[in-house]
Amino acid sequence: MKKENQISVRNLTIAYDNFILLKDLSFDVKKHDVFIIMGGSGSGKSSLLRILTGLKTPKGGEVLIDGIDLVKANQKQKDAIMQKCGILYQSGALFSSMTLAENIALPLQQYTSYSENDIKDLVSLKLAFVGLAGFEDFYPSEISGGMKKRAGLARALALDPEIVYFDEPSAGLDPISSRLLDDLIIDINQSLGTTIVVVTHELSSIFSIGTNSIYLDANSKTILGHGNPKDLLKNPPNETIFQFLTRGEKKYERAK
Amino acid sequence: MELKYIVKQNRLLLTLSGDFLSYQNDSEKEGVLKQVQASKIKTIDIDATHLGQWDSSLVVILFKMMQRARKEGIPVHLNMLPAGLQRLLNLAFAVDRKPPKHHTVNEEFLVRLGGWYLKTQTSFFKGWNFIKEVLHSFRRFFSKKAVMRPVDFFFSLEDCSYKALPIVALISFMVGLILAFVGAVQLKLFGAQIYVASLVTIGMTRIMGAIMIGVIMAGRTGASYAATIGTMQVNEEVDALKTMGIPVSDFLVLPRVLALMITMPFLTIMADFMGIFGGGAVSILMLDIAPQEYWRLSMEALNMANFLVGIFHGFVFGIVIALCGCYYGVFCGRNADSVGVATTKAVVSAIVWMILMTGVITLTCEVMGI
Ligand SMILES: Nc1ncnc2c1ncn2[C@@H]1O[C@H](COP(=O)(O)OP(=O)(O)O)[C@@H](O)[C@H]1O
Ligand SMILES: [Mg+2]
Repeated sequence: MKKENQISVRNLTIAYDNFILLKDLSFDVKKHDVFIIMGGSGSGKSSLLRILTGLKTPKGGEVLIDGIDLVKANQKQKDAIMQKCGILYQSGALFSSMTLAENIALPLQQYTSYSENDIKDLVSLKLAFVGLAGFEDFYPSEISGGMKKRAGLARALALDPEIVYFDEPSAGLDPISSRLLDDLIIDINQSLGTTIVVVTHELSSIFSIGTNSIYLDANSKTILGHGNPKDLLKNPPNETIFQFLTRGEKKYERAK
Repeated sequence: MELKYIVKQNRLLLTLSGDFLSYQNDSEKEGVLKQVQASKIKTIDIDATHLGQWDSSLVVILFKMMQRARKEGIPVHLNMLPAGLQRLLNLAFAVDRKPPKHHTVNEEFLVRLGGWYLKTQTSFFKGWNFIKEVLHSFRRFFSKKAVMRPVDFFFSLEDCSYKALPIVALISFMVGLILAFVGAVQLKLFGAQIYVASLVTIGMTRIMGAIMIGVIMAGRTGASYAATIGTMQVNEEVDALKTMGIPVSDFLVLPRVLALMITMPFLTIMADFMGIFGGGAVSILMLDIAPQEYWRLSMEALNMANFLVGIFHGFVFGIVIALCGCYYGVFCGRNADSVGVATTKAVVSAIVWMILMTGVITLTCEVMGI
């Protein structure tokens, strides 16, 4: 079975004012992939994610989501695209003045016509998915960092999205919480068939969940490597990627 | 501690002996460094057999010397140094890859002027678009389609109503007191202290009440709006809202503008009367005017037009303060620093815009003969 492209990026240029951050980005994310965006700090991973989620306009190039150009789309098309996407932000980005239940109910109230009771049940279900059953009335400030991320994930999953984006899901988590989150990502990917795009530089996550990846480099301002992370490690295309994937612990010798 | 050097056959030999703790001998340091630059040495050796304890003050000399040697292409042999010192020096020379840097160029005056113009123009349009957004939100609000949680509105309302009362009451009482006091000193010269009552009443109701409330609320509520929304921006909550397709102007701006719009006129009325009471305190205690007399004179001076113009000022100031606070919050940068900048800008711009609006209203009233 040939898998369709869910996201296609063509010749994308990302810039802040006149400062070009990344250029010549072209890659495809296929349906049901777990796609990893790797790169050092400051290489523009979050900026790329902001473009993929329509929060920032690129300087050039196109971003096609299910064939529709996000840059040229009108507001209605954009809303339709955004309904297909769930995003887990680096900090969780839960609204601090609302309880977890209210946080998760917000997109449901916005986009669906479910009754209050149905929404309540859906919220409880989503919270149960991420292991937070019974936490409906807690405020974000009352739970731990790992729980906040999982609650953010529950909100991202509220509308049964086709694509879920994760910005550094393991940042600031202890190894076990971060492992739990990885398992959750795989569960979602396999049970719901969701396409997953993860920004991360956590090597263990990269190898355990990634099926495809790109490596962004701040020096050459473009993609230095593209492919399954395990293949990249076996057959590194260049030294930078090799160093990244081995934490710079081994010496690079070019395969002949 | 001693730092000695000799140059022999194009070879600089540096001898370190004793303890180098907080070493501060500038002339010796300079001497070594000069040798590295000036003479035609080919290699540098360091003898550290008698080196005792050392700290960063020694490392820094060696570091500087090695930097120069590298520039001149002279090899430095470190292998005689203690292992820890060698390691430190190697660490200092392990350069990281530098991230690309935005570099600023010194531009000509005209180019800078042009840049300033473009920047002003874009920020003008940014502000204008923001106001349009808010107007759209109001339209949606009246057609009951705005995404606004009543809770947020009531929370804002609570914050700028009874919670603001004590400070508003205190400040406006004091302003009335000051107006009366300053007026009394002058009016006494003509034996006209009886007019203190009208001075305070007209002054407070027409403009001073509203201005004082405006300044207080800009510092109190406008700043808090900017800080709250700015922090939400830093925490990516604003991004989350946008990607959920919820207009920021509905969800964050609307409840705040509504709350201030509603409470400011009432706060202004309250300030007017507190000011009059403040004036009364001075008149009764200092000028021996009877309380009933002061009250009668004040009410005589109280003119409905002035009173309403004052309240209208309060209403306009409420909108200005809320818009400035929310605008700088929504367009806040992404770090803690920028929240501070946003808060400052919100307060300053709110005060500037209030003064400008006062000018506009006063001029309009003048033309309309109010
Ligand atoms: N709002 C902004 N304005 C200007 N430059 C920015 C802005 N946001 C990010 N940058 C620049 O883009 C670079 C990449 O940022 P980011 O995408 O957050 O990287 P990453 O997520 O890979 O660490 C940063 O080094 C910064 O210089
Ligand atoms: Mg980032």
